[in-house]
Amino acid sequence: MNPRLLPYVLILPVTLFLCLFFLYPFVLVAQQAFSDGSGFTLDNFRDVTSHWKFPISLKNTFLLALAVVPIQLALSLLMATMVNRMKRGRDLILYIWTIPLGISDLAAGIIWLAIFEQSGFLNSMMGGLGLIDSPTNFLSYQSPMMVFVAIMLAEVWRATAIMLVILVAGIGLIPKEYYEAGEVFGATAWQRFLKITLPMLRPSLQTALVLRVILAFEVFAVVQALGGTLFPVLMGETYEYQFTLLNAGAAAAIALIILGISIAFTLIIMRALRVPKGATI
Amino acid sequence: MAVIEIKNVAKRFGDYQALHDINLTIDDQEFMVLLGASGCGKSTLLRIICGLETASEGEVWIGGKRVDHLPPKDRGISMVFQNYAVFPHLTVFENIGFGLRMQKLPNDQVKRRVERTAGLMHIDQLLKRYSGELSGGQRQRVAVARALAMEPDVILMDEPLSNLDALLRMEMRAELKGVLAESNTTAIYVTHDQVEAMSMADRISVMHEGKIVQAASPIEVYRDPAAEFVAGFIGNPPMNFLPATPAGAAGQWSVAGQTLHGPNAGKDLKFAIRPEDLTLADQGFQARAKVVEPLGAHLLVTCEVEGHQFRAILDSETQVRMGDTLTLAPQDGRGRWFDPATTLAVS
Repeated sequence: MNPRLLPYVLILPVTLFLCLFFLYPFVLVAQQAFSDGSGFTLDNFRDVTSHWKFPISLKNTFLLALAVVPIQLALSLLMATMVNRMKRGRDLILYIWTIPLGISDLAAGIIWLAIFEQSGFLNSMMGGLGLIDSPTNFLSYQSPMMVFVAIMLAEVWRATAIMLVILVAGIGLIPKEYYEAGEVFGATAWQRFLKITLPMLRPSLQTALVLRVILAFEVFAVVQALGGTLFPVLMGETYEYQFTLLNAGAAAAIALIILGISIAFTLIIMRALRVPKGATI
Repeated sequence: MAVIEIKNVAKRFGDYQALHDINLTIDDQEFMVLLGASGCGKSTLLRIICGLETASEGEVWIGGKRVDHLPPKDRGISMVFQNYAVFPHLTVFENIGFGLRMQKLPNDQVKRRVERTAGLMHIDQLLKRYSGELSGGQRQRVAVARALAMEPDVILMDEPLSNLDALLRMEMRAELKGVLAESNTTAIYVTHDQVEAMSMADRISVMHEGKIVQAASPIEVYRDPAAEFVAGFIGNPPMNFLPATPAGAAGQWSVAGQTLHGPNAGKDLKFAIRPEDLTLADQGFQARAKVVEPLGAHLLVTCEVEGHQFRAILDSETQVRMGDTLTLAPQDGRGRWFDPATTLAVS
């Protein structure tokens, strides 16, 4: 075997697999989105974007991402920094903090539904404490803010850990000597975080943010469980078109729009957090 | 003025005693080298002086002020790290100016001081580069420039040259000594390399198992080691040792069949002699050559004297072959004597 060919031969099976089960369906979806059965058309895109629910679900998806991702970023940075300072029990804490990663997003949505619904934990607790006379329906069309907050909480609870594990690994890679140099040259703990941890964590922040932002635009099951039709999001609309309205072309079009948004944000994040040439460890 | 006083400093890591009751005074503008094998506590002592580590006991004074409760930045020190710790995400300019920025100095002052120290370390043409674009030697220069830019009273260096190749190390050694002498700072320099220690230090503190065994000028450490450990550690190769027994008259010692004049002591001692202080003579130790190493400038012969390993450095023209028996005489006044019980020098 030619040693120059060997690496390519070794990655061939994975590449073939991905082409078969990812690229091919993707091409099919794209085809579906851009055709009406007879030829090329943009009708599907025109239909879905002109529907009255589209601007609302677009706005909701962005609002949710905008509210959730920064909170998760701050939380995961804080948690990663704390875990990194621990000498004992570090792994145990990490396991506990990453438990939400182990359950599906629908299950996560149902857990939070059990808290917020009319006969849920929150109502019985407040009733038990004498704070309210009768149970209130938090998740109704009359309180859209409450629905939003509930979804936000569930999302933060469910998906912060994915950023956390990436950032913990990234922080662990930063040599201790840099912090000692920072300390000797007069940087406070906060300055060391800003001037050493954050810039040196850029590659991990890139990965974590790209992953998290893509997931945020794909948010579905948690919203479905807690908000139902009260809080339409793009992925929910895709589901709706595909399975309720049986309009595969429109569903494909929305899916492509979500993909487009994800790619755009990925490029923005990569560019914003790029590491200049020669500036790596 | 920055005299450093270390008073009764001890450090324990759990059950492990890293430093035992260290007492040391370093004069203003003195270049002090802490020398020892790895694990002897020299880096721990440096880190205690720096403030990156806290002593379990004892006090550290810098410039007449007790500093052991202060953070590093308030001690008037700066430091050069073993792996340089040059920030990869900052340019050379921002690296050198890092400490000055933390002090919130105005831009023009930062610029002036960065450019001056960069010039001093001959890296003024690299100011816009990132550390990934620098060689090891250049990074080393950035690390030194960053420490000097702080204009500290005391500069601490933790094996700063150990990651450079041999030739570069020799070059940087001389340059560092020159730059530090001009900067009028007190310097503490940790190394395991005795050549570095000998060539740079005003004074060397030889450390062993968490204690300072001897603190003296390089030549004194070399000529008059205070303890057997120092004699066996300093010098390449180090001193030879032979058992000595009293030979009747006071001050007369029997060493490997020879009668030598030594100190007055009522018990067995050890006689020590440097390999280069031995000459071929008619009368002396009978040494059987086991390994002959021609090193160009001289000839290193490893022999055996009454079962003890014994090395001699002879003139490079000497004709010696393996198995030959040499007669080696110690030069007058060069022999040293140690008490095997206390391992300390006896004179």
